[in-house]
Amino acid sequence: MKLPVAAVLAFALSAGLVHAEPVRQGDLEIDAAWARASIGTSRPGAAYFTVRNLGDEADRLTGLSSPVSAMPMLHETTVSEGVSRMAHVEAAEIPAGGELTLESGGMHVMLMELTTPLKEGATFPLTLTFESGGEITVEVPVFGPGATGPAE
Amino acid sequence: MKLTLAQKILWVAAALALVAFAALVWTGGLRTSSSEESAQQAFRPEFRLEDAAGRPVTSEDFRGRYRLVFFGFTNCPDVCPTTLSEVAQVMDGLGSQADRVQPLFLSVDPERDAGAELAEFTSAFHPSILGLAGSPEATQAAAESFKIFFAREDDATAPDGYSMAHASALYLIGPDGDWLRQYEYGMPATDILADLQNRLEGSLP
Repeated sequence: MKLPVAAVLAFALSAGLVHAEPVRQGDLEIDAAWARASIGTSRPGAAYFTVRNLGDEADRLTGLSSPVSAMPMLHETTVSEGVSRMAHVEAAEIPAGGELTLESGGMHVMLMELTTPLKEGATFPLTLTFESGGEITVEVPVFGPGATGPAE
Repeated sequence: MKLTLAQKILWVAAALALVAFAALVWTGGLRTSSSEESAQQAFRPEFRLEDAAGRPVTSEDFRGRYRLVFFGFTNCPDVCPTTLSEVAQVMDGLGSQADRVQPLFLSVDPERDAGAELAEFTSAFHPSILGLAGSPEATQAAAESFKIFFAREDDATAPDGYSMAHASALYLIGPDGDWLRQYEYGMPATDILADLQNRLEGSLP
């Protein structure tokens, strides 16, 4: 979290990493990562992705880190009787052969204490920590503030 | 993610708050407005709030136009952007009839949402969306008038240690000020647009 953010972003952009190619490591595959552009840094951003578990044993997503947020947290939006609320999720399971989908209106990464605004067209690294699968870093493309899915 | 002692304590506190909240819901201590309840009879929601420049704005100001109303807060990273982006699609889809519909974003978090911040938020989605906020009393009065629920909920993992639970449907108010219907959260923008177009063409009230 102490990386020079501007340098990281500049590198990501110069290296042409603006993509959402699946990243495979061991039995896990991270796909369809994207984030919504933030409005400044005073309000939290949101990021989403899908984790596929190609192995025979369940794994758990237990941690997140990114140079763009001092406090990334897994949250889940629930809508019950027309009222939406958010709850913190400590860890999320990815069943053997199954997947975990973070999406608009459901589970999401709430990127709090942004160190830099998430600008449309930029990318930033997000590291996911899994109980068995270890750490996997994906490059997250930033879509517009009104984006609702990984395909713009 | 390595946890400091303080973070561990916060997480435990958050878990306790969740349990307490679940217990409250279980015992019926929280009142939520259901769609059936609100759909029973016509009524005329009213509000007296302020725009980003601090000018007073009331429901009467939009007489003659449909009003598409959403309650939310700007620190909401998921539900509110999703809904406002639907509103933006609807407004774009209305084309030349867009001036007959005024989208309104009413803040349920006036402590954090006032002035330029509010305008910055709403305009990120569509220039036509007008963000309004008011005193806690005016906010409560507006919510009661729309018969909607909102509540501040402590959440150690949210910005400033709290989040807002809120009714997340879109409400349609007619040109004469009568409540017409709600569009449930998650209804596709194309469906909302089709319903609005029917009304604008006169086949629905």
